[in-house]
Amino acid sequence: MNEITITIDGRAIQTQEGEYILNAARANGIFIPAICYLTRCSPTLACRICLVEADGKQVYACNAKAKSGMDITTTTPNILAERRAIMEVYDVNHPLECGVCDQSGECELQNYTLEVGVDAQTYSIKDTHKPAQDWGLIHYDPALCIMCERCITVCKDMIGDAALSTVARGSEAIEAEFKESMPKDAYAMWNKLNKSLIAPNGGDTLDCTNCGECTSVCPVGALVSSDYQYTSNAWEHKQIPATCAHCSAGCQLSYDIKHTSITDPEAKIYRVKNEWNYVSLCGAGRYGYDFENRDVVKNPVAFEAAIAAFKKADTIAFSSTITNEEALILQRLKEKFGVRLVNNEALALKNFLSNYSTISGKSLYGGDLKQVHEADFVVSIGSALKTDNPNARFAMNNALSMNKGAGLYFHPINDPVIADMSKNVTQFNHAPMMEEAALYLMLDLFGDKETMPSSVVEYLSTFHSTKTVSVEETVDEKVTETVTKMVLNEESGVEEEVSEEVTKTVKKKVSKEVEVDENALFALLNAPAGFAETLTKYLAKKENFALMVGPDLYTHPHAANCARLVALIEKYTVFSVTMIPNLANTLGVAMICDLDGERGSYTIGYNTAGDFTLSALGNGDLDMPSLNQQEGTLTGIDKRVNPTNAALSYGGYILNDLANALGVNAKLTVDYTAQLPVEKGFSACVFDSLPNHYTNSGEEVRGYLLKNIAMNVSADENVRPFDVSAAIREKVVYLANPVLQFSPFTAASHQLQESGGIYLSASAIEANGWSEGELVKVKTARGELSVSIIKDGKIEGDIAYLPTFDTAINSEALFERYRFASVSIQKV
Amino acid sequence: MHHEEPFTNRNVSESSAYYYVDIETYPTTGWDKFKQVVKRTFNGELFVGLWVVMREMIKFDIHTVQYPLEKLPIGPRYRAVHKLLRLWESGYERCIGCGLCEKICISDCIRMDTRIDENSRKEVTEYSINLGRCIFCGYCAEVCPELAIVHGGRYENGSEQRAHFVIKDDMLTPLDLLKAGEQAEYPGFGAIIPGSDASVKKTPLAY
Repeated sequence: MNEITITIDGRAIQTQEGEYILNAARANGIFIPAICYLTRCSPTLACRICLVEADGKQVYACNAKAKSGMDITTTTPNILAERRAIMEVYDVNHPLECGVCDQSGECELQNYTLEVGVDAQTYSIKDTHKPAQDWGLIHYDPALCIMCERCITVCKDMIGDAALSTVARGSEAIEAEFKESMPKDAYAMWNKLNKSLIAPNGGDTLDCTNCGECTSVCPVGALVSSDYQYTSNAWEHKQIPATCAHCSAGCQLSYDIKHTSITDPEAKIYRVKNEWNYVSLCGAGRYGYDFENRDVVKNPVAFEAAIAAFKKADTIAFSSTITNEEALILQRLKEKFGVRLVNNEALALKNFLSNYSTISGKSLYGGDLKQVHEADFVVSIGSALKTDNPNARFAMNNALSMNKGAGLYFHPINDPVIADMSKNVTQFNHAPMMEEAALYLMLDLFGDKETMPSSVVEYLSTFHSTKTVSVEETVDEKVTETVTKMVLNEESGVEEEVSEEVTKTVKKKVSKEVEVDENALFALLNAPAGFAETLTKYLAKKENFALMVGPDLYTHPHAANCARLVALIEKYTVFSVTMIPNLANTLGVAMICDLDGERGSYTIGYNTAGDFTLSALGNGDLDMPSLNQQEGTLTGIDKRVNPTNAALSYGGYILNDLANALGVNAKLTVDYTAQLPVEKGFSACVFDSLPNHYTNSGEEVRGYLLKNIAMNVSADENVRPFDVSAAIREKVVYLANPVLQFSPFTAASHQLQESGGIYLSASAIEANGWSEGELVKVKTARGELSVSIIKDGKIEGDIAYLPTFDTAINSEALFERYRFASVSIQKV
Repeated sequence: MHHEEPFTNRNVSESSAYYYVDIETYPTTGWDKFKQVVKRTFNGELFVGLWVVMREMIKFDIHTVQYPLEKLPIGPRYRAVHKLLRLWESGYERCIGCGLCEKICISDCIRMDTRIDENSRKEVTEYSINLGRCIFCGYCAEVCPELAIVHGGRYENGSEQRAHFVIKDDMLTPLDLLKAGEQAEYPGFGAIIPGSDASVKKTPLAY
């Protein structure tokens, strides 16, 4: 990309060659109206209002690319006339219910109508009857819809559900006189608008992963959250900038708060908003916001009991849904009292990272989700992407759809959501325990064999063999035939038989014996037939490669070997490597705490079961604030330390109170922000100095980035071969959460309340002759559970999974460490 | 535009409408003061006043307003305690819950609770004005797009507490009064300006 200079309205600005004019203008604070364009998605050209004049020619700023020296004028009399006509058209038959509309003034239709100065209406058309539709979490009122198609665009280009499309509006044709009288682009835009409406692909119901991003991008009040409907006006909310507390993506969001009611002045979160141009939320982030620990008052008796328990305890077990500061308090308690800190999920990542750094020489992986967004070849290994980290899934989908990318997805569970992302994505539904084979395949396909350790190269070569296969080819063959024809002899008047030679080209299939290289890894990973050719096609013109590895590898029995393989991939291939931490602050905990593996005799559980339990869910021995009730920082997948703020008040004791009583003193929890370990990559920044926003150019100004610290490298780059016989061929169960759930905190929010069970694909339920809701006994080597069957429409194949979000189901007890376990499922 | 009366000569002079009131000089010495008191006491002026009272009393034609038994009529545009009006034909509440009154209120004393009702309409479940803070400026009535919140003529706010709230039920026209035709439109702040139809350009309709 070259830096170039263009002129917009006489102002010289710097931008990248090939950047859209609109983005260049926005990054430099120059206003060009635009309704249908979404940053990071493809231009729709539905609204046509971003019309500008570039070098004397009218172009659309959202899809015209900047060229060096371009001279752009954003307003000419003709453009102003077009814009005015466009806004008048949008206002035709638009219901005058702004007073109750949930957009309540945050409306782009209102803004632009005023901006271009529409004070009278010229156009008219007969209205059609468009009843409102309820799509579960989302409510669609087509009467308010202006057909900018932003919902369709974001669903396809960013989210990857492609659950929405246009259907016929059933409107009358626009009066012919308007075609003559009105500006050209305005007419074209109206003509398109007049033909279509938004509808779910599944007919009446929306079949998607319920991220609600469509409601977020809607410029008017057509798509809104069903729950939020008519409860509040936008201007009444105080927006609390925060970081999502559910997964490691660490999305920036704002909690919109207001008093609960006239009689209850206590603040309540009404909804979550996001900067949809730069960050997309999943459904858990958007709808799972009210997981606070309510109505807690200081209970001195419980506090004294907690202090006594701390004095008695030799172990503190905790989950990763805590802030960095709390993690540091726990670490200080460990240093002072020598207690064990147990968090197996964070320990798995910590060990993985330390094994990774023995080869990579870095404390942290090199990639982040931004690199995935920009990649054109994306690979995911060892992660149920859509539920482990929805933002990683969005990044992969965005890369595939925007960069003409291709992708590989290695996971035992077949995921239709991944398959729907693009035609150019291949799923390897390999057997559990074969993740190492996938990593070896990466080295085999993309590794630089010249520099790679020779042992690895030799090992990889054992998978290759030459095979003679017969290939069917179509060849053109010239065939000469003798054709007999009846020709009328003109002299005699009698028909005679005449022989004639005709040469024609015939396509003929021939079998040919060719020698091909056969890669045994393909078969071991259950590659689809003809994958070698598919891959060649995928790799054409690819420049940016991104690999995401997930929690399946961290808990893998051979996790150390996996980590070293990942480091080799990062070192010897062109791939950037991003690791997906499990929960909101798994990475932070892994960096800050010295974790232990086993619990001792008396355990204090923080947000996890223990002999004495501190719980932000309100079900423990002492209440703690949940993540929307406290300020602090969270470390996300992008290795960024993101600040989050308290949206709601909390009246009880906090961990810092306990620490103070135990002699680890700090006035506020956030006093620890500046004390986060610098040697682990943190910066000594004061909490209040941490920013949390995006700029107009899309730059993420949030917290700070962890420094990637150089580590000792051992010259030993040997990796162990994988064991084919270790592959689990029998029936397995997986440990994962359904869409919209991450932890008990998501399930505690009122819109996402549900109870867990064992999740199976529709085909698996049918094949076993079970039905939804039936109770089954799930038995692994470690124990058994009685749970009911729940259908998951977003998986295929016969692998079932058990969730971790439902505290009533102790799924983790059924698993050794690895996320897969052999299982028998019997109907009760 | 700022407007100023064309009143240039503000000085008191022979030619102006102003004149000096003829006031006796004040007594300065003690003797003079004593003389003034004696003069005023025995002048009989006291009886002039008493006579007027006596005369009016025996006429039995008293003009005193017998408040609180009797109240003076107030101007139709007077801004006292608010009312919530109903639609004349259907009896539905006019208030659509847009929240503009809440937003514009400069003493921040209006609050409302809304929800989506069974008919998918925005329903105002509760509406309150803190009359202890209300300054009766009339902005709420003026901004109301539905002529729903208006001022009324009830100006008495006697209460045990300084923060006297009115809630929705106090303000809303009862249905029986509406049916009896007792609901009155408010001609003050917020009412339609006479003749405003003429200044509106009509939106074209295709049917």
